[in-house]
Amino acid sequence: MSPLLILEQVLNGLQLGVMLFLMAAGLTLVLGIMNLVNLAHGSLYMVGAFVAAMVARWSGSFVVGLLVALPVTALVGVVVERVALRRLYERDHLDQVLATFGLILFFNEAATMIWGPRAVYLDGPSWLSGAVEIIPGAPYPAYRLAIIAVGLAVAVLLYLLVTRTRLGMLIRAGASNREMVSALGVDIKRLYTLVFGLGAMLAALGGVMAGPIYAVEVGMGEHILIQTFVVVVIGGIGSVRGALVGAVLVGLVDTLGRAFLPGMLTLFLGPATAASLSASLASMAIYILMAAVLVWRPSGLFPAHG
Amino acid sequence: MVRRTLLVGGLVLALALPPLAAAFGLDYVVGVAARILIFALAGVSLNLILGYGGMVSFGHAAFFGIGAYVVAILSYHADQGEPLLTWPLVIGGSELAIIAWPVAMLVCAVVALIIGAICLRTSGLYFIMITLAFAQMLFFFFVSLEPYGGDDGLSLAQPSRAWPFDLSDDRQFYYLVLALLLFILYLMRRLIASRFGLVLRGIRENERRMQAMGFATYRYKLAAFVISGAVAGLAGALIANHTEFVSPSFLDWRRSGEILVVVILGGMGTLYGPVAGAIAYLMLEEVLARWTEHWMIILGPLLVLVVLYAKQGLWGTIEKMSGRR
Repeated sequence: MSPLLILEQVLNGLQLGVMLFLMAAGLTLVLGIMNLVNLAHGSLYMVGAFVAAMVARWSGSFVVGLLVALPVTALVGVVVERVALRRLYERDHLDQVLATFGLILFFNEAATMIWGPRAVYLDGPSWLSGAVEIIPGAPYPAYRLAIIAVGLAVAVLLYLLVTRTRLGMLIRAGASNREMVSALGVDIKRLYTLVFGLGAMLAALGGVMAGPIYAVEVGMGEHILIQTFVVVVIGGIGSVRGALVGAVLVGLVDTLGRAFLPGMLTLFLGPATAASLSASLASMAIYILMAAVLVWRPSGLFPAHG
Repeated sequence: MVRRTLLVGGLVLALALPPLAAAFGLDYVVGVAARILIFALAGVSLNLILGYGGMVSFGHAAFFGIGAYVVAILSYHADQGEPLLTWPLVIGGSELAIIAWPVAMLVCAVVALIIGAICLRTSGLYFIMITLAFAQMLFFFFVSLEPYGGDDGLSLAQPSRAWPFDLSDDRQFYYLVLALLLFILYLMRRLIASRFGLVLRGIRENERRMQAMGFATYRYKLAAFVISGAVAGLAGALIANHTEFVSPSFLDWRRSGEILVVVILGGMGTLYGPVAGAIAYLMLEEVLARWTEHWMIILGPLLVLVVLYAKQGLWGTIEKMSGRR
């Protein structure tokens, strides 16, 4: 277990972390502001990836695919918000879970009908296909480094948006007291639609960037959605800062667990037992982390309200 | 009046189904009906905590799956003649329903006790997500459980032996499932009308007030969670015998969603709601799947509409018409 290997795995963990952050940011904003649990957030991630893969195949360019996928997914998100989700804001969480569960079924089947049941491939941009030597002798794929950079840039931009702009002020105000904000003359419905579109775009960005690393396929959204829930619960519902900390934590725990648990357990157990035990422990690690956090702090690390 | 007619009519139809199916040469219907009754049982178990306790568990498939796995693993060991445990006690496998099914319920009760003890510290949205996460954790546990097939699942060598029934016979299996469902419904009815049930319903309406009245609400909720988990485990034991195969997909989060849908569609917080919901949901699935391969594209929006406009559910509407709510 050389230091270089550890560095590589930490970077992998960070890369998974920023992907989760892109998902979690949208989910937590919608949760914190509209008080809406949107299971279909993973579907937007999937739609973004499929649209990008389709456009990239036509145009031959990943960047064009990305640039088309972002507004298209935002539009899909806005339409879904207008048609279905708007009616759910005043309902309890159970209704929201069920209705958005229905939306997942719809989106998955629609994606199967449009793009087929098999995985589609999306190649990253050719100018990012090489490796970068971060420190001499440690090559790391440039594309993954780019994901980390984009993710961190989005985190900074979101921070500035929420804390420094007028829109951000309204978003924070809407989260604290929606009646008061609308009484002050703000069109709260438009604000909600805007926030939802923003969340959809972030999900699409995550989905498109995930495309070249994982397969673009039906059901890709649900796997990451559940991990995103873990992130949001660990970070505290409604907190963007919590989403970032939670995402990086989950990304690191998941990646490092998969990479180093087998080796560590072999020190104590026989290789066969260690292999099967570490496989299950590694895939359960983030859920154990979440349970531990909730036992310690039942409303997450950074509770947004109170 | 409508309610009573439906109940009696439903029971008569359920009892007469196998001979009727045979008369029309539709023998496969009995298998489908058994599956519906098993999902109804799973729904009844979730309804106790969801409908009467107000706890939205999004991980109920975990107990369903564990129950199924317990039966399959015990049967595997009995078939192979290897003991399940050699230390500290020698424990062998078993194919006897009288042993395997209660063990399945017991294991589920213990797991529910642990999960419930942690999850019930939270409430609302956190509770939904943490139950989902625990179910997902168990899902991955079974995926990586290589000795029992891992991702590929595990076939049962033969159905459980439940003397005097022969469970490989569809009709006998159906009658046994029906009898168990009716028995559990009877127990639920007693439970809900009991002091325990009243306290549970009180917690659903206003937990703080119940606490102020001196009830240890956490313990009541935990007890309900454990009972619910055990009954779901029984449903799992039955489904393992129905499909004669178990796999991690039994614990898939979509399965948890389906059990929730069964309860809502039927009408949560009504005794017979989950049964009506299971009948409606699985029949719809059968019909739509026959019509188009992409039936979920219809089911999804339909679900949204039910949540938006028909929240009372089927049985809830009937109860209301009969003036019982």
